Amino acid sequence: MRKVAAWRGRTAIILWLAFIISAGIIISRSQFTADLSAFLPRSPTPEQQLLLEQIRDGLASRLILVGIEGADAPTRARLSKVIAQRLRTDRTFVNVNNGEPVNTQRDREFLFNNRYLLSPAVTPAHFSVNGLHAALSDSIDLLATPVGLMIKSLLPRDPTGEMVQLLEHLNSGSHPKLVDGAWASRDGTCALLLIQTRASGADTDAQQRAMTAIRNAFDTASGASSDAKLEMSGPGVFSVTSRNTIKTQVTRLSILSIALIATLLLLVYRSFTALVLGFLPVISGALAGIAAVSLGFGAVHGITLGFGTALIGEAVDYSIYLFVQSEQGGLDQSTWIVRFWPTIRLGVLTSTFGFAALLLSGFPGLAQLGLYSIVGLITAALVTRFVLPYLLPANFHIHDVSAIGRGLSRLVEHAPALRGAATILLLAACVIVFMHRAKLWNDKISSLSPVSQADVDLDTRLRADMGAPDVRYLVVVSGVSQESVLHSAEQVSTVLQAQVDQGELAGFETPSRFLPSIATQRARQTSLPAATVLKTRLTQAVQGLPVRAQLFTPFLADVAAARQQPLLRSTDLEKTSMAMAVDALLLRQDRHWSAILPLTAPKAVSINANRLRSALRATGLPNVLFVDMKAESDRLYSGYLHEAIQLSLGGLVVIIGLLLVVFRSPMRVLRTIAPLAAAVITVVAGLTLLGQQLIILHLVGLLLVVAVGSNYALFFDRADFPASNPVPARERRMTESDPMTHMISPRTLASMLFANLTTVAGFGLLSFSKVSILQAMGVTVAPGVILALIYSAIFARQAHA
Amino acid sequence: MMTPPRSPFLSLQLLKAPHLALVLMLAASVCQSAEWSIDQLMHGLAQIRSDHARFIEKKSIAMLEEPVESSGELFYTAPDHLEKRTLKPKPESMILDHNTLVIEHGHHEEYLQLQDYPELATFIDSIRSTLAGDRKSLERNYRLSLEGTVAHWTLQLLPTDKKVLAVVQRIRIAGTGYELRSIEITQADGDSSLMSIEKLAAP
Repeated sequence: MRKVAAWRGRTAIILWLAFIISAGIIISRSQFTADLSAFLPRSPTPEQQLLLEQIRDGLASRLILVGIEGADAPTRARLSKVIAQRLRTDRTFVNVNNGEPVNTQRDREFLFNNRYLLSPAVTPAHFSVNGLHAALSDSIDLLATPVGLMIKSLLPRDPTGEMVQLLEHLNSGSHPKLVDGAWASRDGTCALLLIQTRASGADTDAQQRAMTAIRNAFDTASGASSDAKLEMSGPGVFSVTSRNTIKTQVTRLSILSIALIATLLLLVYRSFTALVLGFLPVISGALAGIAAVSLGFGAVHGITLGFGTALIGEAVDYSIYLFVQSEQGGLDQSTWIVRFWPTIRLGVLTSTFGFAALLLSGFPGLAQLGLYSIVGLITAALVTRFVLPYLLPANFHIHDVSAIGRGLSRLVEHAPALRGAATILLLAACVIVFMHRAKLWNDKISSLSPVSQADVDLDTRLRADMGAPDVRYLVVVSGVSQESVLHSAEQVSTVLQAQVDQGELAGFETPSRFLPSIATQRARQTSLPAATVLKTRLTQAVQGLPVRAQLFTPFLADVAAARQQPLLRSTDLEKTSMAMAVDALLLRQDRHWSAILPLTAPKAVSINANRLRSALRATGLPNVLFVDMKAESDRLYSGYLHEAIQLSLGGLVVIIGLLLVVFRSPMRVLRTIAPLAAAVITVVAGLTLLGQQLIILHLVGLLLVVAVGSNYALFFDRADFPASNPVPARERRMTESDPMTHMISPRTLASMLFANLTTVAGFGLLSFSKVSILQAMGVTVAPGVILALIYSAIFARQAHA
Repeated sequence: MMTPPRSPFLSLQLLKAPHLALVLMLAASVCQSAEWSIDQLMHGLAQIRSDHARFIEKKSIAMLEEPVESSGELFYTAPDHLEKRTLKPKPESMILDHNTLVIEHGHHEEYLQLQDYPELATFIDSIRSTLAGDRKSLERNYRLSLEGTVAHWTLQLLPTDKKVLAVVQRIRIAGTGYELRSIEITQADGDSSLMSIEKLAAP
């Protein structure tokens, strides 16, 4: 027998080591992220897919908004120019804009030389006698205005005013005002730059490099003595700061929580061996959890790691139960396995079933937490059960805690006296929850953001000053080729232009503005009459106008050249500002092309989505999608939240079912579930009273309260029904001879208290986190598990009952 | 000829001023001695806090057989806000505030930084600085000379900057008392414009 046991022990240890090593290898190859990917759906709708692509690498995701504050206005403007000059030579950046007319010359040349291919006014009618007459008379009128001075020189070559039209579109949209030749905020106290990175916003490393480059350029330009201050914002900046915040927080929390729990356990065990051994299941669980998430999701999110540190306090419970509940002196772990393992196994099962609900969530962040918890808890429990007993040295013993246990026993004996008070508290909690039921949940996706309010405020301020697009409304046209997408974009533009004219939209951008489809360019080219025809028409058109036809000889030459000129390709735009616009708005993924048309809503009004959708539908074009990014992301999150609530309720039903199967007694199930439900309701009421609106992570916290609390409830239940466990006859006799036969044993009570303290320590630390989603879990779990323990004690069945 | 007979040679605003007697005395002495100096003109102009006038502008452009005419209103608020609202033939606004110039035509607004458009800047600034009575600002870009009497003076501005000179050859501002009556701009290419100004009640 002893030999068999030793062989089993060796096998278990070897298997465990192999498991740990492979988990370690998987983790070493894992990718860790802290971006928004955890919040994006796994099986998105077309709108969500678009949202996802835009968040990951859309135009908006690549923008960094920079503000320079402090010092005086000329210094700020000088810094802005020096920084911009330096960054413009850096390949990291596609575009550095601070209001300096960097590309103006090239842009104007491009527009002027290609005006007959680019101008939407170019139609056969425009070059008829009447069309020419109307266009000429407009241009002459324009000469009388202040703008006239600037266009005067263009008249002989461009009498039909194509350039003026194109320039208007180029400068559409609001720009910040210039102070000393560089963009400045409205109050003039801050110089502004708008920088576009080459890398997508989802590439956090690249964004971090970009930020460093900007910071270095600023430091070099300002020198050490300057009192100017650099500020940066934007989606990429948010990713970088969130990652840094999460990284620091997770590191700090892990260290603190391990230190705190270790101190606690050392106080209890008074044995280093026990401490080290006690952490083995925890470490195994954590490694297994991370490895499983890495295998299952391809990447591990920082939030999962943060959550993992808190779970230390929960996983360490199993070894606490083993050490404390084992017979003192005799150290008979096999007895513990027989007496307590079934209860713990049931506890692990209920937790697993609870978290399994999260696995089904379409919200990858939540599913990661679910998988991590399940794998972590099961591993910790299995290692405690099958490996740890073989690792205990022969003379292993911990400090005798039976004194504490006896004290607790007396407390528990008197606990039922509090039933009345507890019932009142619970009823009050129910009333509070019921009264606040409408505002219980926060269904805005921003509630999940790890970005601090100060950073959000900075972003709002810079964005408002910059007039930067917030890219909330988009129309997306997709297709199989650049040409087909551009062609569709042109048709959509016609619809959108009509909306602009009706005042439904303030404006829109389209890649087809500066890169029209080949078909459109060709149509414009064929609208241009032959030189002789144009000359005759022009002679007729100038009649009644104060100009002579001879003035327009350069125009005739330009039109003749335009009839022969090669059509524009995207390469022709190189080194112009238009190239950046087209690059950002015309995307290619393998054989799939899409054109993005950002819309600008009229001032202080949101876009009527339904009206716009039906206008777009009327074109009959397939693959045209209107997306309100903000509404879409909020809808996405409230969908997750709704789903998570339903899944959690489903998990609860499964747990009840499991307990019913095991106990075969509805009353016992009720007795087990009741303290947990009471704890959940009380915590929710408390959070509501403190003004916290619940987010999805509070819900995860509540699930954890149920998972952890179920162990307590089961231990109390087990004390009530010792016979239902397959306890050997010898053991049963011993229990029955105990003076407090039907009461829970003092040692079990002590183990529950220690387990509870470690859990509270682990999650309590999270409550102090600056990352809102970690904080949400902390403030839910820490009070929740205390309440679960107290409620379990208060509502436990009494010996005399 | 440029002075409508109903207008007094001193503006009503000045008559309301507390230093009425002094101003009248000064004006009288200026009239008598005919030593109407730039400083006096500038000082008087600087007292005017806001102004509202109608304008008709005739541009003679070599390319065109006959001058093009536009008309509209001018608004001025001391020290550096000037609006030129063209109503005919096409509505267009030009608003100069501090160093930012906004041009609105159609639905379109364009923000320009004055120093980036020297050709526009010079003649807009000449009007504004004259209205503000800001001699320093005028002398930064122009050589000034004043002719005539209080009742009928002409201030000539000759650009000193070569870049400006390439666009604007000469600006002549004519007035009566502390009111501007016309602005004549001669461009380097020979084109010219003449803006006649008629004061309206303050808005």
